[in-house]
Amino acid sequence: MIMAKAKPIEEIIDEIKEFKRILIAGCNGCVTVCEAGGMKEVEVLASALRMYFKKAGQDMEIGEISLTRQCDKEYIKELRDGIGKYDAVVSLACGAGVQFLAEMYETKPILPGVDTCFIGVTEEPGVWTERCAACGECMLASTGGICPIARCSKRMANGPCGGSSDGKCEVNKEIACGWQLIYDRLKALGQLDRFEKPVSPKNWKTSRDGGPRKIIREVSRQ
Amino acid sequence: MSYPSNIRIVKVPCTGSVAPIHLLRTLEKGADGVFVAGCLEGDCHYQAGNLRARKRVDYVQEILKSIGIEPERVVMYNLSAGEGPRFAEIAVEMTEKIRQLGPNPIKRQGDVKETA
Amino acid sequence: MSTTTPSKLQKILAAGHFGVTTECGPPRSCDGGVVEEKAKHVAGHVDAINVTDNQTAVVRMCSLASCIRLRIMGLEPVLQMVTRDRNRIGLQSDLLGAASFGINNVLCLTGDHQSFGDHPEAANVFDLDSTQLIQTVKMMRDEAKLLSGAELKTCPQMFIGAAENPFADPFDVRVSRLAKKVAAGAQFIQTQCIYNLDKFKKWMQGIVDRGLHEKVHILAGFTPMKGVGMAKYMKNRVPGMDVPDDIIKRLQGVPKEKQSDEGINICIEHIQELKEVKGVAGFHIMAIEWEEKVPEIVERAGLYPRPKVD
Repeated sequence: MIMAKAKPIEEIIDEIKEFKRILIAGCNGCVTVCEAGGMKEVEVLASALRMYFKKAGQDMEIGEISLTRQCDKEYIKELRDGIGKYDAVVSLACGAGVQFLAEMYETKPILPGVDTCFIGVTEEPGVWTERCAACGECMLASTGGICPIARCSKRMANGPCGGSSDGKCEVNKEIACGWQLIYDRLKALGQLDRFEKPVSPKNWKTSRDGGPRKIIREVSRQ
Repeated sequence: MSYPSNIRIVKVPCTGSVAPIHLLRTLEKGADGVFVAGCLEGDCHYQAGNLRARKRVDYVQEILKSIGIEPERVVMYNLSAGEGPRFAEIAVEMTEKIRQLGPNPIKRQGDVKETA
Repeated sequence: MSTTTPSKLQKILAAGHFGVTTECGPPRSCDGGVVEEKAKHVAGHVDAINVTDNQTAVVRMCSLASCIRLRIMGLEPVLQMVTRDRNRIGLQSDLLGAASFGINNVLCLTGDHQSFGDHPEAANVFDLDSTQLIQTVKMMRDEAKLLSGAELKTCPQMFIGAAENPFADPFDVRVSRLAKKVAAGAQFIQTQCIYNLDKFKKWMQGIVDRGLHEKVHILAGFTPMKGVGMAKYMKNRVPGMDVPDDIIKRLQGVPKEKQSDEGINICIEHIQELKEVKGVAGFHIMAIEWEEKVPEIVERAGLYPRPKVD
């Protein structure tokens, strides 16, 4: 899932204070899973904002809604009828959803309400960690199912570096050394021979470095 | 057991079912304060409901701080179901605290008081 | 042992002598004179001088410029290159530039993460890692090709080095890593500075058991302690550093004004002890901001005069 976290409310207040009618639009997809932008979070944010503006003596109408997803036109279409009565929308979807809304509703300011952080997993309720860097050319088969790009701070292909100690990364003791994990896993799988073969430089063209990316699946097109 | 008449009680089977939005909406609709009375820690009939409630009260207090409203308007108390006098004590304490803070700052002059 | 280059360091090691190298850190300024001064202290007592590359991710004058300056002085530089700050295009380009000045030694490193340095908000590069940089230099030198396959009209004649930290990961990984770097083309290794001789000897045994000492020249790293303060700092605050308690006790047993001398004594004793250890091919003395002590260490450790090679 794409993991995000709520923006500080001060930042959101700053962006909307010039308006009078705001719609808070959540997303029932990824941001619901990481408790940053689902209906629950929409309600909490809307209530807090209403109280803020009431206290400030400023007229502010705050609407609440949550869409199935904001990355598919069939769902963001649903706002078509209601969006007209708002001056702006604060979208709690990930960056992709915010942008898609902005593309469909060109004349309406669409503001982000969360900071989109990474592709990751739920380790336990309330704790989400990064797993995938979307490099476009998955090599998990050769590293025991652990990604050296997402989980090594230096994205080394031939790690670990000399700063790995006690299974932790030199950057932060809270971060596991990705290459320690890979080594342990390859050992458990009986694949340590993979560890000793030098891996050649990666082709980064398929990752962000190559420019904005696109996938076309002909059989799915109408 | 008698307690001040300005207290409105909302009964729940376990404070674990109190969500942040309940606390926020209560203040939004004009309550001057909310207290969550849960069982003593370690005594929760549903194991950890009261611990969750405490976390949620802390979370709501942070939100209140960020919008300039006194976080002390939302408080967690722990007591056992049989402690009637303690409940009354808490009610009095809370009422005093809120009186000192004054009315909910979101209420403007001449506003009609909304019921919960 | 693999490709011969014009490197003086390689010649000395190949002839079976102990190699001696040291490190000069460039300044955070535009003053080239700083590197010249440091080099002058050590020149006659070492075979080659490493220049660090934005060490600990702190911006300093680049290693390439300093190495060129040393070359012009008639000295033998070791160009340290980290992959943190430049992609494969920049790295290959710098290698060509270094080779154009007759620089024949390169130490291939990944580099400390930028969060350690003075620009923690910078984006990092890490297009390649240290092992891939080794592969790159080898390809440029032995196949006269860039990574893209494009041919080089003239190619760098670099003696390829890498670093190892015997005290970082668990034992198994340390020896495997070295094997991987050797497979990639590493010809010499400079280790992280050593205080725990027992652990280092254990590491060396693992390397000798696999015959790796015959494929790569290993130079043991040393940094003399200036005093108890430094020893404690390195023990507690520097990741990957192993400082046994008896080193600290020994320094504590001596009056404060004598501690730096004792630090030098310890360093020299350790060098002499490691001279007897199979697989140790030389010493890399990193007397950071204490370069003037290097000649004394080299002399008292019985490594002076330095052998002459053509």
